[in-house]
Amino acid sequence: MKEVLRSHLASGICLAISIAVLAVLPSFMGFFETRNMAQVGMYFIAIVGLNIVTGYSGQISLGQGAFMGVGAYTTGYLASQHGVGVWWTVPVAGAVAGAAGLLFGIPALRLHGPYLALATFALAVCFVELARSDRFAEVTGGSQGVFFGLPTAPYYQTWGIALGLLLLAWFVLSGKFGRSLRAVRDAELAAVSSGLNPAVFKTAAFGIAAAYAGVAGALLAIQLGSVSALAFLPALSITLLVGTALGGFGLLFGTIVGALFIVYAPLRAEDVSQQAPSVMYGLFLLAVLFLMPGGAAQLILRLRALLGKATKQVYSRPTEGEGD
Amino acid sequence: MIDWSELFQQIVAGLAAGGVYAILALALVLIHRATGVINFAQGEMAMFSCYIAWSLINTYDLTYWLAFALTLAISFAGGAGIYGVVIKPLSRAGEITVVIATIALLVIINGLAGWIWTPEIKFIESPFPPGTFTVGDVVISKQDLWVFGVSMICVSVVFAIFRFTRTGLMMRAAAIRPSTSRLLGIRVAFMLAVGWGLAAALGAVAGLMAVPSLGLEPSFMLTIIVYAFAAAVLGGLDSPAGAVLAAYILGVGISLLSTYVDFVAESQEFKLPIAFGVLLLVLLIKPTGLFGRTVARRV
Amino acid sequence: MTPLLELRDVEARYGGVRALHGISLTVEDGDSVAILGANGAGKTTTLRAISGTVRHSGEILFRGKPIGSKSPEAVARLGIAHVPEGREIYGELTVWENLLIGANHRRDWRQAKKDCENVAGYFPRIAGRRDQQAGTLSGGEQQMLALARALVARPKLLLLDEPSLGLAPTIVSAFYELVQSLTDELGLTVLVVEQNANVALKATKRTYVLEVGRVTMEGASEDLRRDERIRKSYLG
Repeated sequence: MKEVLRSHLASGICLAISIAVLAVLPSFMGFFETRNMAQVGMYFIAIVGLNIVTGYSGQISLGQGAFMGVGAYTTGYLASQHGVGVWWTVPVAGAVAGAAGLLFGIPALRLHGPYLALATFALAVCFVELARSDRFAEVTGGSQGVFFGLPTAPYYQTWGIALGLLLLAWFVLSGKFGRSLRAVRDAELAAVSSGLNPAVFKTAAFGIAAAYAGVAGALLAIQLGSVSALAFLPALSITLLVGTALGGFGLLFGTIVGALFIVYAPLRAEDVSQQAPSVMYGLFLLAVLFLMPGGAAQLILRLRALLGKATKQVYSRPTEGEGD
Repeated sequence: MIDWSELFQQIVAGLAAGGVYAILALALVLIHRATGVINFAQGEMAMFSCYIAWSLINTYDLTYWLAFALTLAISFAGGAGIYGVVIKPLSRAGEITVVIATIALLVIINGLAGWIWTPEIKFIESPFPPGTFTVGDVVISKQDLWVFGVSMICVSVVFAIFRFTRTGLMMRAAAIRPSTSRLLGIRVAFMLAVGWGLAAALGAVAGLMAVPSLGLEPSFMLTIIVYAFAAAVLGGLDSPAGAVLAAYILGVGISLLSTYVDFVAESQEFKLPIAFGVLLLVLLIKPTGLFGRTVARRV
Repeated sequence: MTPLLELRDVEARYGGVRALHGISLTVEDGDSVAILGANGAGKTTTLRAISGTVRHSGEILFRGKPIGSKSPEAVARLGIAHVPEGREIYGELTVWENLLIGANHRRDWRQAKKDCENVAGYFPRIAGRRDQQAGTLSGGEQQMLALARALVARPKLLLLDEPSLGLAPTIVSAFYELVQSLTDELGLTVLVVEQNANVALKATKRTYVLEVGRVTMEGASEDLRRDERIRKSYLG
């Protein structure tokens, strides 16, 4: 029991420190850097969502970028066509994207692994074309996109929302829902026999992840003051997956690392090598993979273990046959 | 009245495109069977092989077929090398890490190609005779037929290797049960490296077949690999025959769709999303792909 | 004479738990030795240490030379055939293909193929089923196949891990009869790990008893069969 309290305390302290750092950071940064860090916050939200569906629920999704797009277009549509205040559109964007996620989550129940990856990737591909097509220009602005305001740097609002959503996720995942989700992920048959309905949890996970992405997309639209399908290409979904993996699946606190990497690695890569920035970016990525294969989460787990003076309990016990 | 000539032409064109997807899909399935991951970098590796061929032809003045053969050898070595240096060390960290690593490789190889050879489009002439040949009313492109032929040869060679050779059997064993195979004395890591090398060589062939009609530039394989990925998954990742068949069907399907379905023909950019829309439908009906076995999952 | 196999103070651990606390044993050329023990005693771990599939400390000598740091493939290529618990045959491949795989590191491939045919002859139950998918064989037949597959490599030392698990008594006896006749004919040395003490004591010449990762008894199988402690704990 003391161990649990100690690790919660450790997490709490880390959180407090992070909040403090984030609060004072803009004082040291210019407009562009603040925008970058705001973007980190938006990707942070998207990655927390992706972590829920891929890490905790075990359903690989290469469509998170598309759901971000859904949220962004919702904001664009409401702000430009109906004059809704941008900040009011954020929860709506989340709801719309979440509904889309739920809708997709139902048929997705039948798919696993690479098949699900392909289906979600298909979603990402189709989204871009549908958004860009002139047939839906009324809502999406066609190939022009939507303009509704000036570019801004919504740093504090983004991180405020990010913090709120992080705590919400943490709260929901530590409780019964989270345990059921993980039970369904790890041993579906066993979960069913203990009375859980996997379909409910898996679909819910998709919906939640999409809602988070929708919020992130809305915030991105607010930052840009416009929405264009080109900001939500399939590559974004892949990048988000990379960020989630780097943060470590199944653990919330590593996600900041993933978000930071997604935003800053390409920029640093450009600094190091003007001629071949993507090569540098790829090499950075490989370096991180080699050094921290379990992602930041594994590192954090280890640190926690050290702090909490872990006993043999932390290592897996040999199962029946192994001890022979 | 159906214009048979046009229909056949489009079908053959589809088979040629499908042939390229088939070779790549086979490479993807190969790697998936061997190491359990989707190699996102397969297309870029193929593209890089094409650049090597281009250099051999233009900078070193080799004949096409000599360059072709040398490129295959270099690609094989490259594939095996990538396995040994990047994939194998990371395998211990789990599948998702390896998949991310292939994404990293995709980015690196793409950037490297653009940096070394500059992004300006280059050309490699087709080794096959140009023109068409006529059967009755129907006019068929020779290039398309040759490409289709080459794809069939590749597929047959790969199948023969796995079915009839000693190494092929050991590779299958290493892929199915790696630890038991080691217990029996099979050098599994070596076998997997050979698998990656073979896949890379296949990719090189696919790329070289696609280059004459598309032109050589760093991102030319990106859409092709997406189609190949779709074909591999559609065909069922554990069925090489299924993947190949799915690839041909996909190729022909897209070709016919672009020609006969009006709003696709008007706006070519709909090709990819329509193909994926159909894909999505197929997967929803058959979740493990058209020819995949519904294996009882370990729950 | 140098023993064929020698273990000196071998320790092994899984994660944080130690499974072997210093095992020492010897197996002479031509011997047939059993390792008995309850679940969790460390029997399988001992075999895994020998075949190189689990990390261990201490010395393992094969023909007097240390093999402790060798990879599983290298150990197999030296002439040690480990038939693992659960048989581990290639279900989607045919019986014939399974046999061929067993011979993978033989240099004389043509002779190896002939051996595959001959070996199948010793196993009448599977001889006629060359092209049948191995996964469709019964448990007993799969055990035979696993043994046949190990034998086509022409090993010097055969390691059998709980071959009787999940098999009916008649099949188990048939299996061990086959092992005995083959070892005599082919000059094999056998080290078998068993929970089924009855059958193991009858089929082997010497036995080691393992308890919680330590050797607690050793001796001629005949003698141990009559031992009071053994009768109580293992032959009940």
